Amino acid sequence: MDAIDVPQENSATYDGHLKALYARTGDGRLGLVQSCGWEVEEIVTQQAVQAFEELAASACERVRTGQSSPLEVHMYRARMDIALLAQASGLWRWQVRRHLRPAVFARLSKALRARYAGALGIDPDQLNVVG
Amino acid sequence: MAAACFVHQHASHCESGVMSAIVRHYGLPLSEPMVFGLSSALTFAFLPFIKLSGLPLVSYRMPPRTIIRGLQKPLRFSMRTETFRRPEKGAARLDELLDAGRVVGLQVSVFWLPFMPQNFRFHFNAHNLLAYGRDEANGDYLLSDPVLEGPTRCAPADLAKARFARGLLAPKGLLYYPDSAPQEPAWERVVPAAIKKTARTMLHAPLPFVGVRGIARIARAFGRLPAAADPQAAKLYIGHLIRMQEEIGTGGGGFRFMYAAFLEEAATLVALPVLAELAAQMVEIGDLWREFALAAARMIRDRDPLNPNHLAALLHAQAAREKTFFAMLGKAVRLS
Repeated sequence: MDAIDVPQENSATYDGHLKALYARTGDGRLGLVQSCGWEVEEIVTQQAVQAFEELAASACERVRTGQSSPLEVHMYRARMDIALLAQASGLWRWQVRRHLRPAVFARLSKALRARYAGALGIDPDQLNVVG
Repeated sequence: MAAACFVHQHASHCESGVMSAIVRHYGLPLSEPMVFGLSSALTFAFLPFIKLSGLPLVSYRMPPRTIIRGLQKPLRFSMRTETFRRPEKGAARLDELLDAGRVVGLQVSVFWLPFMPQNFRFHFNAHNLLAYGRDEANGDYLLSDPVLEGPTRCAPADLAKARFARGLLAPKGLLYYPDSAPQEPAWERVVPAAIKKTARTMLHAPLPFVGVRGIARIARAFGRLPAAADPQAAKLYIGHLIRMQEEIGTGGGGFRFMYAAFLEEAATLVALPVLAELAAQMVEIGDLWREFALAAARMIRDRDPLNPNHLAALLHAQAAREKTFFAMLGKAVRLS
């Protein structure tokens, strides 16, 4: 790739940052060229972000109808799945899966709440809030 | 004190960027591509049995810490690595090293770094950055993240979370710094050795998941995607490979452009002009990886009809091209 062919497509996903790529510069040698975005990359980044947003939205719906606990929403908002939340909180997967049931979640001890809040990077009081 | 003399350098990949900055800071100026090539970091790996949010692990480079460890032999110095069970101990040790004026490499999770763009903050645990000092006024760490344009800073609580994130490839607070100063190597010996190693893993890795066989394997996995039954799942799988190739700090084309830059620089160092010709071929291979990414992205956005078989054919062609390329590369250095 020549330096003039390096895409400069102002990707929103870059948040104003620049990325460094290697391309053939003016003197004919390969060197570092900064890029402010490439649409291809933006498409796949947004796809991955949206996948979690959709999961969170459908979990939200299930919480409203009493089929799931707010923990599931927070899990997807933190871009985690059950396996990762189990690892991050130091619990077993079956425990996390059980805590996704609204009745079990409602009875969760203070210590467990604090543990989940820590793993998700939120305040323990926020754990019940989905809005 | 160290803060005053450390110079941030923008790089395309985190681990090679950090190691380039470390060896430069400790006395041996070495470009990022040279660091990447000398540690034989280029490869391709497709590990379908390791899943990240349900998607297989794909990498265009060797596993994390390859570059940190791989530079020790050619540059005749030793890196000291330390991990910690308790975050408090990890923070205390980092402070101690920074107070002693050292520049320290850290492994962190991208998700917990507040200065990273929100859209890049996924649970990827093998990101690397440098700490070079502390702000005495508010205790912030002064950091140099090589994939950002300039130096940055981070509050102690956030950095602790990032260093002690759990999950796949958990950093366990890993910090690293050189024990002795890196030495200028005998280029005509270390460059061919590093190239041979890369060619060998690309062509003859004993596992069918690594090297050109790994590319062929993911091509076959593309052929099996449920394009008609579940197009969303197929698109996520395709998009995942493109993210690993372009988004995760690769310098474009899955590190192929950076490796080309290494070959070009090496050609001058060891006076082997054939390496410069091969660098040009590597650039073409990188361009084709970018074209593959473009074709895939068009399908993800429904600008072209979703056709995983077409992408599989492109991947098979890439596997064949890289097979020929690395055979030629291995031969070029064996003859020298």
